[in-house]
Amino acid sequence: MSNTTPAPQKKPAASRRRFELDERLKSYKGVLVFIEHERDTVHPVSWELLGEGRKLADMLGVELAGVVMGAPGDTTRSFCQEAFRYGADLCYLVEDPILSDYRNEPYTRGLTELVNKFEPEILLLGATTLGRDLAGSVATTLATGLTADCTELNIDPENRSLAATRPTFGGSLLCTIQTLNYRPQMATVRPRVMQMPEPEDGRSGRIVEHPLAVVETDIITKVLEFIPDDKRDEAQLAYADIIVSGGRGLKRPENFQLIWDLAEVLGAEVGATRPVVQAGWLTTDRQVGQTGKTVRPKLYIAAGISGAIQHRVGMEASDVIVAINEDPNAPIFDFATYGIVGNAMQILPALTEAFRTHLATAKKAG
Amino acid sequence: MHIVVCIKQVPDSAQIRVHPVTNTIMRQGVPAIVNPYDLYALEEALRLKDRYGGRVTALCMGPSQADAALRKALSFGADEAILVSDRAFAGSDTLATSFALASAIRQIDKDMHVDLVFAGKQTIDGDTAQVGPGIAKRLDMQLLTYVEKIESLDLETREIVVQRRSEGGVQVLKTGIPALVTVLEGVNEMRFATMPDMFRAARYPLKIWDKDAAGIEDITRVGLKGSPTIVAKVFAPQAKSQKAEMVENQNASPTDLAATLLAKMFTRFPQVEKEIFKRAG
Repeated sequence: MSNTTPAPQKKPAASRRRFELDERLKSYKGVLVFIEHERDTVHPVSWELLGEGRKLADMLGVELAGVVMGAPGDTTRSFCQEAFRYGADLCYLVEDPILSDYRNEPYTRGLTELVNKFEPEILLLGATTLGRDLAGSVATTLATGLTADCTELNIDPENRSLAATRPTFGGSLLCTIQTLNYRPQMATVRPRVMQMPEPEDGRSGRIVEHPLAVVETDIITKVLEFIPDDKRDEAQLAYADIIVSGGRGLKRPENFQLIWDLAEVLGAEVGATRPVVQAGWLTTDRQVGQTGKTVRPKLYIAAGISGAIQHRVGMEASDVIVAINEDPNAPIFDFATYGIVGNAMQILPALTEAFRTHLATAKKAG
Repeated sequence: MHIVVCIKQVPDSAQIRVHPVTNTIMRQGVPAIVNPYDLYALEEALRLKDRYGGRVTALCMGPSQADAALRKALSFGADEAILVSDRAFAGSDTLATSFALASAIRQIDKDMHVDLVFAGKQTIDGDTAQVGPGIAKRLDMQLLTYVEKIESLDLETREIVVQRRSEGGVQVLKTGIPALVTVLEGVNEMRFATMPDMFRAARYPLKIWDKDAAGIEDITRVGLKGSPTIVAKVFAPQAKSQKAEMVENQNASPTDLAATLLAKMFTRFPQVEKEIFKRAG
């Protein structure tokens, strides 16, 4: 067919799949997960990664380790204990006052040194602003392969290497990427893509301390200030349990008020598609999809959203999806849980009213 | 002051369709655009130039058609444009790409010292956000990713202060230049191209650098050979077979539809009802 060209793809790896790893790389063993924390809180993506790392380690028959880097104190140690509950067998602890705030340089050096010493075969990080900053730097320093924003991690049974699947071309295709003759094999995974594992009380492991061989005077970048988001108006979409999102089907920015009204009744966050954000109706921190946030709420209400693949990849893991669209053939009805064919400008106020009445009645009934 | 802005030509991913039978990308009619995130980087660089003077060089790696992206950058006001293009680069992953671009920036630096390298936070086709950090490491530059504001730049003390987005807030960082900055979307609004710049862009004799001009001696570090990652498989996402349960009634009003939805949903998914109650307190 003349209007199609094959997806850009490097040489098929099939012929290279059954192959012998370089002698010097055979000592690389185990799965290592970077435990990300900020202001005394571990980012939940780290636990999601430990859940995934546990599966990989079990498939390979190796140990699962976490690495906690930070300023010395009880907090970092408690993070190690928590990592054990989420499945880690051991935890590397790199403590130094230099690590109190995230800065690329000392973290890159610390993590690179740790990898060179303990030689894990797989290294996983969250695809957060911190994780992506760090992963790109560490992979370059180690001259190894890094696969971003994976949606599935597996072990290739033929050669025991990591098979990392990620969306490409805005989510319209998936590709599986392998790093054969380099170690560690690195991957990042976005928050909410993997399931949160059940923590196991009483589960413990061993802490392995490792010093950081860097002094503050070597570090050029200084943190002058940290302005937390609770002092700003930043949307927290990724971990929201209910999200009401709007697309271009809402036609005019003023109509977005109907989304806000429904969100208010439900105590929900407000989301949007890329075109809406690009049109300037909402800020970028509210964008759901391939170039925005991945979400996993219990309820996702999509109004005036057609369900283009770019948006779909960011929200299809929602437990229940309610779609409202005028076009009965909109692709969103192919994967939503409930569909309403109709004008969002009429359906949204009716829904807001229905939820409000339901809540009021239930409250009265006690 | 000399700023190099890395830009990439990408297919407009919002308009890409996959052939339902062959699982191949249907590119025909899909416009090639400058990666939108890179335009924020370009604008930020041009604003610094407006303020401090100096030169802005746009740099792009890609096939010869990518010259369109560079001419676009010139039409907005970039002073120079260099296209790094060689068959040896085909199949480069992010590690190999950062090697090639870093080599080219070293060459550019020989002509006029490079103070800052700017790039978008990521591309809309690859979405990896890895090339920026890779270039910074290879050039041993300070790395500032997800920058939403440049607070100050002091060319005397060679220091830059920026606001960098992190997960829970904004870090205000001070560092030395040369530094590589990746710019967050929405930090500025792209200026309009001026007539004289558009004419200049059209006539501009673009520099096209092959691997030698880009200073790459060891070609095993670019292209497929220089790429640790291998694409083992490309496939279409599996279609969820489950279609939506349609909430409909003959001639139903929006109120009826809303009531029907709530009844259906709360029966099948009591946890959703519980969640809503929890919030309402």
